[in-house]
Amino acid sequence: MLAKVRGLASALLYAVALAAAPTPASAQTVRIGVINSYSGFVAQIADEMQKGIDLYVKDHEKDLPPGVKVELIRRDDTSKPDVGKRVAQELIARDNVQLLTGVILSPVAAAVAPLTAEAKIPFVITNAAGVAIPRLSPYVVRVSFTLWQESDPIGKWAAQQGWKTAYTAVSDFIPGHDSEAAFIKGFTDGGGKIIGSVRFPPDNPDFTPFIQRVRDAKPDVAFLWVPAGPQATAIMKAAQELGLRQAGIHITSTQDLLPDEELPNIGDAALGLVTSGTYSVAAQRPANLAFLAAWKAAYGAKAIPDFASVDGYDGMAMIFDMIEATKGKFTADQAMVFFKNWKDPNSPRGPIMIDPETRDIVQNIYIRKVEKLGGKLANVEIATIPMVKDPWKALHPAK
Amino acid sequence: MNSALSAALSVGFHGLAFAMVLYLISVGLSVTMGMMGFINLAHGVFAMAGGYVMTGLINDHGAPFAVAATAAAVAVALASIPVERLLYRRLYGGDELDQVLLTMGLVFMSGAAAHYLRGPVQQPLRLPHSLGGGVELGFGEFSLYDSLLIVCGALLATALWLGLERSRFGAQIRAAVDNLRMAQSVGIDTSRLFSLTFALGSGLAGLGGGLGSNLITIAPGYALDNLVYFLIVVAIGGLGSIRGPFVAAMLIGVADSACDYLVPQFGAFFIYAMTMALLLWRPRGLFGRA
Repeated sequence: MLAKVRGLASALLYAVALAAAPTPASAQTVRIGVINSYSGFVAQIADEMQKGIDLYVKDHEKDLPPGVKVELIRRDDTSKPDVGKRVAQELIARDNVQLLTGVILSPVAAAVAPLTAEAKIPFVITNAAGVAIPRLSPYVVRVSFTLWQESDPIGKWAAQQGWKTAYTAVSDFIPGHDSEAAFIKGFTDGGGKIIGSVRFPPDNPDFTPFIQRVRDAKPDVAFLWVPAGPQATAIMKAAQELGLRQAGIHITSTQDLLPDEELPNIGDAALGLVTSGTYSVAAQRPANLAFLAAWKAAYGAKAIPDFASVDGYDGMAMIFDMIEATKGKFTADQAMVFFKNWKDPNSPRGPIMIDPETRDIVQNIYIRKVEKLGGKLANVEIATIPMVKDPWKALHPAK
Repeated sequence: MNSALSAALSVGFHGLAFAMVLYLISVGLSVTMGMMGFINLAHGVFAMAGGYVMTGLINDHGAPFAVAATAAAVAVALASIPVERLLYRRLYGGDELDQVLLTMGLVFMSGAAAHYLRGPVQQPLRLPHSLGGGVELGFGEFSLYDSLLIVCGALLATALWLGLERSRFGAQIRAAVDNLRMAQSVGIDTSRLFSLTFALGSGLAGLGGGLGSNLITIAPGYALDNLVYFLIVVAIGGLGSIRGPFVAAMLIGVADSACDYLVPQFGAFFIYAMTMALLLWRPRGLFGRA
């Protein structure tokens, strides 16, 4: 009797276990892990990137080959590298993702990259800009940008304006360091002299003492770099309160200082400022107009996209192109071969491609000036440097 | 004018503004910790709540600045009364570890609530144009908003001091801080006194959190991230006084600004070193009771 009960019990348990077990993905569901900084000091730009990713998926799901589905699994790295590493491990080992994408912060990307080498999972970085990250794993490909790509040209441009001295003030983490080093190289190559540098804590809200330092040094130009988002408005406000421009000090930076969604908050203090960047909402190319129309339809007239949105959008475009080419069945190495040779002549940013040797993005860098268009502030593209490869990798060849 | 002096003035001015924000937030904590002997690690929650109310009213509803600031103070003060009555009251005179656990629990709950209600993004304070920009005085450029903070802080500090020294309510507070049992035996309703003082301290914290939104960002992690700063002000100032946190906030505020200007590469190192040195010299704080 007891044996019968035990037999029945174990049969029941077995049935329950089978029913409760996670259904294995159907052969044609591509599972993609999205690691993003939903909380923390970069939550705003993380939201922009997520909206870009979601928009592409929503508008192009129907273009997938028949029977192929895409499933995005989101995880929050809370802006901390150790948490990012843990969620990446869970996505790979427990959720069985075939691809990883996303990541805003370079320290998080640097923590996740070695895992992708070990587990052989392609990692499509849609923001983190640290120059050396693609070298951490052969499965990393980046579609966003590097700070060297942007800061070296603006350094050269600043020197060309006849400005002789510069002071750099940047956020004290990887992208800040990259932008500082690149601007210094570009500016000194153009014949300028750096008279001082300061770094402030990455999630610092209070810029007044640092701007005071810049003002007291009296450079011709100040290079101010902060992660795009509310900090950009905060540092511009401090610059305005302390009368930096009135003191005759020019301000320049990359697009992170004047992100399109913060321009209305920064206000007229930004007028006339020139920055380098990869994407501006004001660009008139047809691909951008179509992107903006789709964005407004999905998120309403008040939502403003920025470069992070377009990077997320383009990242998903590359992934979808790969899925379509392989009909949803691909090994990691096959995916990487596709990614390395991917190009898109019609991104909202203009023509973009991946450099097969470095697995990093090659794109136009635009010099933009803040002007008023139709009563609103806009980053108007005034010059284009075509198809810029990341200069740091050329200066520091891989061994 | 000598540029080093003008830089010192500008940094000192900004440090004073930061000091006022710290003072407004911490003075309530000092008085209630001294009076009730209650370790309230959740004090930052009230400052954060004030910050969310004020930024929410201004950013989403276009409320005038003064209205939003007052609303923040009043709303937080009122909301603190049931919290004190229902939760804190149970642990007066109780085990300190219990008080720590309760208030830390409140800190985490408030962070989750803020995240749920307002999202994870920092809430910036959109100042009206009249309050932005700088004031050019002969010897330097000063932020107009910093000036406002300093004036507000000075006025409130004076009002608090006058209230404490000259009013009956203030006398009752001083009595209760000095010797609770004696205060009770001369007929002071200490239970009502606690509620009112707690509400006042929390309201001030809410005001400080709101006014200081651009110096200490309003985000779900606020109460935990800034706890150490508030505790440092209270520890250096001494429990149970309103003079203590004022002096301590001045020291911390100006030192923080000066360090950012002179030795930014060291971060907050000097603040902590100064705190340790001061506490070694005066373990009860500068104005604490022996």
